[in-house]
Parts: sequence; structure tokens; C-alpha cells
Amino acid sequence: MADRAQPIGPGGAFGVAVAAAIPFVILVTTGAILWVAEPGEGLGGADLAALRFTLWQALLSALISVSLAVPVARALARQVFWGRNLLVTLLGAPFLLPVIVAIFGLLAVFGRGGVLNAALTGLGLEPVSIYGLHGVVLAHVFFNLPLATRLILQGWQDIPSERFRLAATLGMDARAVNRHLEHPMLRQVVPSATLVIFVLCTTSFAVALTLGGGPKATTVELAIYQAVRFEFDLSRAAMLSLVQLMITVVVALLALRLVRQAGFRPGIDRQRRRWDGGTGIIRAQDGVVLTGVTVFLLLPITLVLLRGVAEIPGLPGVVWASALRSLGVALCSTILVVVMSVAMSVAATRLGRFSRWVETAGLMAVAASPLVLGTGLFVLVHPIIDPGRLALPVTALVNALVTLPFALRAILPACKTIEDDFGRLATSLNLTGWARLRLLVLPRLRRPIWFSAGLAAALSMGDLGVIALFADPDGATLPLQVYRLMGAYRMDDAAGASVLLLLLSFTLFWVFDRRARDVEP
Amino acid sequence: MRFPILGVGLMLLASAAAANDLPELTVMTYDSFVADWGPGPAVEEAFEKTCECDLKFVSAGDGAALLARIRLEGTRSETDVVLGLDTNLTAEAASTGLFAPHGLGVPEFDLPVAWDDDTFLPYDWGYFAFVHETALQPAPGSLRDLADSDLQVVIQDPRSSTPGLGLLLWAKAAFGDDAPAFWSDMADNIVTVTPGWSEAYGMFLEGEADMVLSYTTSPAYHLIAEGDDSKKAASFAEGHYMQIEVAGKLAATDQPELADRFLRFMMSDGFQNIIPTTNWMYPAVVPETGLPEGYETLIEPKASLLFSAKEAQSLRGAALDEWLTALSQ
Amino acid sequence: MLNLDDIGFARNGFRLTADFQVPGPGITAVIGPSGGGKSTLLSLIAGFETPDAGRILVNNQDITADPPGDRPVAILFQDNNLFPHLDVLANVALGESPRVRPTPATLARSKDALSRVGLEGAEHRHPRDLSGGQQSRAALARILLTDRPVVLMDEAFSALGPALRTDMLELVKTLLPNATILMVTHDPEDAKRIADHVIFVDGGTVEAPVETDDFFANPHDALARYLT
Repeated sequence: MADRAQPIGPGGAFGVAVAAAIPFVILVTTGAILWVAEPGEGLGGADLAALRFTLWQALLSALISVSLAVPVARALARQVFWGRNLLVTLLGAPFLLPVIVAIFGLLAVFGRGGVLNAALTGLGLEPVSIYGLHGVVLAHVFFNLPLATRLILQGWQDIPSERFRLAATLGMDARAVNRHLEHPMLRQVVPSATLVIFVLCTTSFAVALTLGGGPKATTVELAIYQAVRFEFDLSRAAMLSLVQLMITVVVALLALRLVRQAGFRPGIDRQRRRWDGGTGIIRAQDGVVLTGVTVFLLLPITLVLLRGVAEIPGLPGVVWASALRSLGVALCSTILVVVMSVAMSVAATRLGRFSRWVETAGLMAVAASPLVLGTGLFVLVHPIIDPGRLALPVTALVNALVTLPFALRAILPACKTIEDDFGRLATSLNLTGWARLRLLVLPRLRRPIWFSAGLAAALSMGDLGVIALFADPDGATLPLQVYRLMGAYRMDDAAGASVLLLLLSFTLFWVFDRRARDVEP
Repeated sequence: MRFPILGVGLMLLASAAAANDLPELTVMTYDSFVADWGPGPAVEEAFEKTCECDLKFVSAGDGAALLARIRLEGTRSETDVVLGLDTNLTAEAASTGLFAPHGLGVPEFDLPVAWDDDTFLPYDWGYFAFVHETALQPAPGSLRDLADSDLQVVIQDPRSSTPGLGLLLWAKAAFGDDAPAFWSDMADNIVTVTPGWSEAYGMFLEGEADMVLSYTTSPAYHLIAEGDDSKKAASFAEGHYMQIEVAGKLAATDQPELADRFLRFMMSDGFQNIIPTTNWMYPAVVPETGLPEGYETLIEPKASLLFSAKEAQSLRGAALDEWLTALSQ
Repeated sequence: MLNLDDIGFARNGFRLTADFQVPGPGITAVIGPSGGGKSTLLSLIAGFETPDAGRILVNNQDITADPPGDRPVAILFQDNNLFPHLDVLANVALGESPRVRPTPATLARSKDALSRVGLEGAEHRHPRDLSGGQQSRAALARILLTDRPVVLMDEAFSALGPALRTDMLELVKTLLPNATILMVTHDPEDAKRIADHVIFVDGGTVEAPVETDDFFANPHDALARYLT
């Protein structure tokens, strides 16, 4: 809406400051590395190959995740069946898995000794190998399909129910509904969902290497590892990170240009019901989609659970202590994410057409190399305070930054809608500052806020988020404890601790997400 | 949001205020050393009994991460002793000029090779080896056999893992200029390359591969801790490349005497007794009580391969390029 | 008294000029073809847009630079006049002060306003539980509480049926006898029925108000084209 420029206000200014702090911190940390670095060799052909592979696998992963998410979200949106809400929540689980746990879950299904190959061999067929580019993409789709589904499903739910009533009274079939209601919504939601997943996949490291099958699958993050550890060529590490960051920023700005305001007007909040999911073919088609995706997403998790659940009672005390510590970190991250994303969304809404810069700033936090960010932060912090003391706060902050793009994706569009629908009314009532936030923005944002809180809490439980340089020997989080158990040959305990981690993440997500769904629509 | 952060702040202040009067020795080491299942807790307890000091561990990833961190901290480092580098890293570590000679003469070690480094002192060692299930028959008898077989192995990436780098040098020591040919023949045996040891070993245990790159001492864990004798390391005719883990004193330490005491303690039974069943490596000095029961079942390589620190440093760049080229085909 | 003094405004290729005065209390209808500038005119008076030239005065006070919330102007939109997440009472109370917790006095006056529009007993219902007519009444109750001398109605009630709309307009006239009301409408019959004056807006030109009877008795060319 081309209103006159709204005053940015103290809340908006805070949001702008948060948004500006992200590129600022990234540049300062990268600058700090360049400052201490001796002149290095610069980027070579191998680095370009790594960059190419990184972008290619991220693009494939993002496109496939989103193209699969559309039919899944559509099926969930138009079919009403027993256990639907539970399924929606459960389908979020893979996204919350710690990387290492997910890899083992996928291997239990698709690996050499996995159930898929056992079945194929049993049928007298050739076994298939998961290792290679397809394995990397498979794992990234496994991680990100749930997220894409949720973002797109939310888009569906944001279509006012009056539209569907109208469509029903006009006798529109599924195709017509698609063209008139769903297509415009998808045009708004899909580019940014694709973008978020693309950016997330660019910093993939363990998945790409482990399932990539060898050095062909060298990503930029691995090249950065090589530069830091093998060659101590910090300037090359910093340059690699910057190149990847710049590509991400350009891609983000281009993709966000595609996002158009679909111009949906809100209804007056009635319960929604759909009339276009009725025909037998449609129901069958949706049933196949939902069954397929359920098996794909839940089978690996089930196998992880079965592998480790019996080990939980025997876990050593330190694992439980780590679990408590991780819960604390997760809750701090959650609060940080919610404050940051609401502030940034409010600012973005007031900034009008500059809002994509705010969203891009959010993506930069994920696109920057964790190793470079951590190293730079270490160079800055070390002279002032023992980095080990900052282990938990830094972990909470880094985890918050990783979740920020998703929280923004959920909250920012909702914020824009609020402003479009009620901004003038609120302004004419002199509803400004805190009162506007408290009476208009926060109540209308409850659903995306709870959803983001669930994501943030669960992700920061699960995300390793450990910048090795900030590790505190006595303050291990649960994911780090899983690694330590594995490093000490204790694979059974590690499996048990993984399941504990999974259950805790999922419980956090479930508790918050339930509140999101309980919000009166 | 204010309160959790405030709480963390208060905790920081409280822990700063609680510092006691004992002199503090800071030892930086890799993460698995300080884990509750690693040697760290027992070593801390044993040393603090005798030293009238507070031993504090700082952890940083693995050996290579340690070196990177020490270089980042430079002379401002609070660390007194670095424990956990290996001979593939010591030349580079020494060339930073951040380490001081240990000044403990030429102590006696139970190593298959002579030790005369005047800066770094070993605390444990082991041989790299491919570990398999005892049921795998016949196991390959050499690296060459393995490359020519259809067996599937998991290895670690030399760019992100210490054993990965060890295998790189193993192949170089065994085949010299023919190492690229070995790697080309190995390519179809490699299921995948993992970022670290844990992922690779875990994948092996879950049945993803016939063999995994680990140590000759790995079966000792299964035998001693789990009473499971189903794992075995294959003995290879070319000999096995060694890993010697060392510690060194930083030149900028403000506790030079305490650091020396720690290094001496490190070579004593009080420390060495802990190593075999926590770090699952051979102790650098076999304690009076000998090796724990079960270690006698481990294979003994026919030849010990090891490049000197200087050779390792000069070879590894080219060796990595060969590896990358051969496996990227 | 509302006075637009030589207003000039241009945005995205659209230009609007206005120079007129609406004397004293009463209802003035704003009619004209779609895209002619009716809504822009209201946006300028409400303060959502700032004119490039000229001044806006209410009772001889220059409000051109005031932000929308500080203007002596209340507005009713076509829809979204109520916050769906707040109950009716809270929505009405916002008319007096944008406080998170309204004072007991405000609440008492809000209840009073609700009973004046015929919504007693609906205080704690949410907008989604009200019919369209009831929602309009709740919004009107808030306008009563706002107590501002100028009230703008941007196709308010257009979603209601003709009979209900007429009722609402009568109610507005009865309850707001002292306000200067500007009412954008698509239906000239509304204007005939209720308005004292009519303003014709077309092609970005806002004509001065004319008494309703004269207006419809002697239509000039553009108006005649619009009315047929």
C-alpha cells in the first residue's frame, strides 16, 4: 500500500538495528580474520569447483523440496481426516533432527544395509547406493520438505475462508480453485520458501560430505575447513565465505523481487472448511501423496527411535545434565528469535519496499560460513574474555540466528497483512508504539510467533551450533555429548542420547506448535 | 529476554569471583580427551592430588583445530600446555615459534621409533588400521589387497580429520610415487568419506561398510569394555602408519614450572595408566603394571611407518592433491 | 467546519486538486466515478497521504502536518473496522484512548455508546460472532466515543443491504448531529436520502459542495454522464 511513509518509530528502529547488526557482525568478524591473516594464495580452481557443487546441490535440493511440498501441503489443506493435526506436527520432525542423527536414520533406510536394499535384494533386484549427489539431495529434501510444507500450508491457511466459500458457491472444481486462489498464493510463498532452503543448503557440510561419497562432493564449507585446518590460510577461508555470502545476497534480492503481494483481504476469522477436496480421484491422489511422504519422512525417524529408545534409562548422568543445559539454551534462543524476528518484521513492514533488505539480512546469518563466523568472533572476543565462558550464550545466539530466516518467513508476511488490513484503522485511532504492538500486532501474530518459537526451540535443541573454538569442557550441550559418546566408541549410548535429543526437540516443538494451532483463527 | 541473559551474566560473574588461590595450569586439548569417558577427568584428579594447583582443561575440536586455535591466540594465550597434536602437525606447530623446548633431556619411551624431539613429548601412540568384523574372511592382507578387492570401506576426509590425514601419509609411505595408482584402485572400494572418525566408525558399526579406517587398538575397546571379540584390525603387509600424540609447553606460559611438572607427570604411571582404557591408545611409557588384559590380543604390525615431522609437513600438500585428483575422477 | 485550501497532490501519475469548504455540521456526500479520487480525498483529510501543496483546516486549525491519530477526524472504512481478536467492548474503548488497559470510566462510556447503537449485551462478543449490521453498529459506537468533529465514511455500510444501509445512515445522522460528515458512496440515492450537500469528484478534480436538491436538479455534463 502506497501510503505516506510511516514513521519508523522506536520499535521499527530497533528492528532496523537488529537487521543491520547481522551483516555488520559478519563483516566485522570476516574483517577480523583478514586482519590477522597472512597473505594467502587466493582462490583456485578447486575452490571454484567447490562453489559450483555447493550452489548446484543447494539449488536442486531447494527446487525438489518445494515441488514436493506443494502437493503435500495442498493435500493437507483440503482433506479433513482423523489424525490430520498430529500428522502435520509429526511431519515437522525431520527438520528438527540433529544432522548426525538424521544421517544415521537415512542410512537405516537407504544405506547399504538399510531396509530398502534388504527389500530389493529380497525381491532379487540390484541394491541401490545412496552415496553421491542424489544422496546429498535426498538428505536435504528429507530435512527441508517438512519446513517447505509448513510454510506453504500456512500460505493456504492464510487464504481467507470467504474465498473458498465463494469458490464453492461458484461450483469451482480443484483446477479452478488452483488457478484463482492457490496459484496467486503460491506465487507469493514459493519463491521465498525455495530461497530459504537454498540458503540453508549452501552451508551444508556433514551431510554433503558423508552422503556425497567422496571429495567430488566438496562444498565451500569443506574448502573452508581445508583452508583453516590444513593450510591455515585464513584469508582464503574469509574470501570463500565472502564469495558464498555475496552470491546468496544477490540470489536473495532477486528471488524476493519475485514475491508479490497476493492482495488477499482477510475475512472476519471464521472456521475454515473446504469443498473442493471431495471427488474420489482427488481424495485418492491426496491419499497417495500423504502416505508416500509419511513413509519417507517418518520411517528413518522410527528406525532411529527403535535403535536407541531402550538405551535411554541407562544413560549416564552427564547426559541428563547436558539435556537440561540444552533446554536452557533452547529457551534463550527461542526468546531471542521471537524478539528479533518480530522487531525485524515490524521494521520491514514500515520500510515498505526496502523490506526485502531486512529479510536478506536474516538470510545472511545462515549463509555465512559457521567456521569463519566462529573464528572471527573468537579473534574479536579472545583478548577480552575467555571464550569458554561464552560457550552457552554464543551457542544460544548462533542457534537463534540459524532459525531467524524461518521465523521471518512466518512472521513477516503476517505482519504485512496486519498492516494492510488494519494499519489505517490503527493509525486513525492513534494506536502507536507499545499499544499498537500489544493491541494489534502481537495478538494477530500469535500463530506465527508460536510456530516460530517451536521451530526455534527445537532447532536449537538439536543444532550442534557448537563453534569448536567456544567449547567449554564442562558445559557440553546434548548434541555435543552425542558426538563425545560416539567419539568414545559408545555407539549405543550415543543412539540413546540421540533419541533423548529427538524426543526433547520434538516435545518442545509440539508444545509450542500446539499453542499456535490453538490460537483462535 | 532480559532475564535469561542477565542470569547468564550473573553466572559468569559468580564463577569469576569464585576463583581460588591455587595456581592455575591451563591445558588445551581436543574435545574427546575432556569428555566424561575420556582421560581428562581422571588425569585432572590424579594431577591435582600432587600438584597443589588447579588443572583446567580448555577444549577445541581435534588436533588440527588445536593448532589453529593456538595460532589464533598467539602470544596472548592463557594456555600453558597444549596436549593432543600429532607428528603430522608438530613441524608446523614448532614453526610458529609459540612453543618452548621441554628441557627434560631425552626421556625413555616405549615407542616403536626413536624420539628425540626437543619441544614435544609423546603421551600415547597407535597404528592406523582397517577394522572389520571377525566374520569377514579372508580379511585383506595388505593395502594393495584391499584396493584390488571388492570390499567396501569408510574412510575420513584428510581435510577435516586426523585419521584421514594419517591414511594419506600411510599410502605415501607404503607406495611413494605410486600412491596415485593406489588411490585410483581404491576409489571403487570407498563407500564414502566422512568428516570425522565418529561418523565413519558409527557407519561401520551400523553395517554400512565391511571395514573402517581406525586404529589397531579399536578392537580392545569392544573386548575390554563390552566383552565383545567380534572386531578385528587387519594386519597389512606394507606395515602400518603410526600416530604419536604429543604435548608441548607454550613459550608464553606464566606457569613454566607447573607446566614442566605436568609434562613429567604425563610420562609417569599416574597418567599413563589411564590412557589405554580411556583414550584406547598405547601408552607412551608402559606403566609398571603393564598393558591392560586384552591388549595382548591386538595385532602387531610387521613394520611401523612414520614420516618425520618435517617430511610429513612437506609431503602432505602434494599427497592431498593426489588424493583429491584420484577420488574426484 | 472543514476547509481544503488549494490542495494539490500527485502520486504515480494521478493528480488531485481540491479547494473547497464544508460549512458546519451535517452530512456531505462524495460521489463520482471510480478512480476519480474519492478515496484519495478522504486519505488526505484523514492524514494517510500528505498533500504536495495547500492546507487542510478543521475549525480554522491547520492540521496538514498532523499525523492521522492526532487529527480531529474519525474514519469508517468499507470493512475491517473492528479488530477481530478484540471483543466488542475493547474495540469501542479504543475510540477514546489507545491504552492497553482502558480505564473504568472509558469502559463505562463505551458501554453507554454500545447501548446507544442498540448493542447492549454484546460487549464481550467477538466481531466474528456479529452480523454485518451489528459490526457496523459496533464501529459506529466507537465513532461516538471518539467524539471528533469530522467523520469520514469511505463506502462504509456498502456491504449491507439497501434497507439496512438506510437504517444505519439514519442512525449516523441521529447520533452525530454535531459532526461534519463526509460520506463516499456509489449510490446517488443514498446522497438524495441523507445528505445536505454533495461533492462531485471526477478525474482528480474535486468540485465544491452543492446543496443536494440543487445538485440533482441541475446536473452539469460530467455529472449527468455519471448519473445515467
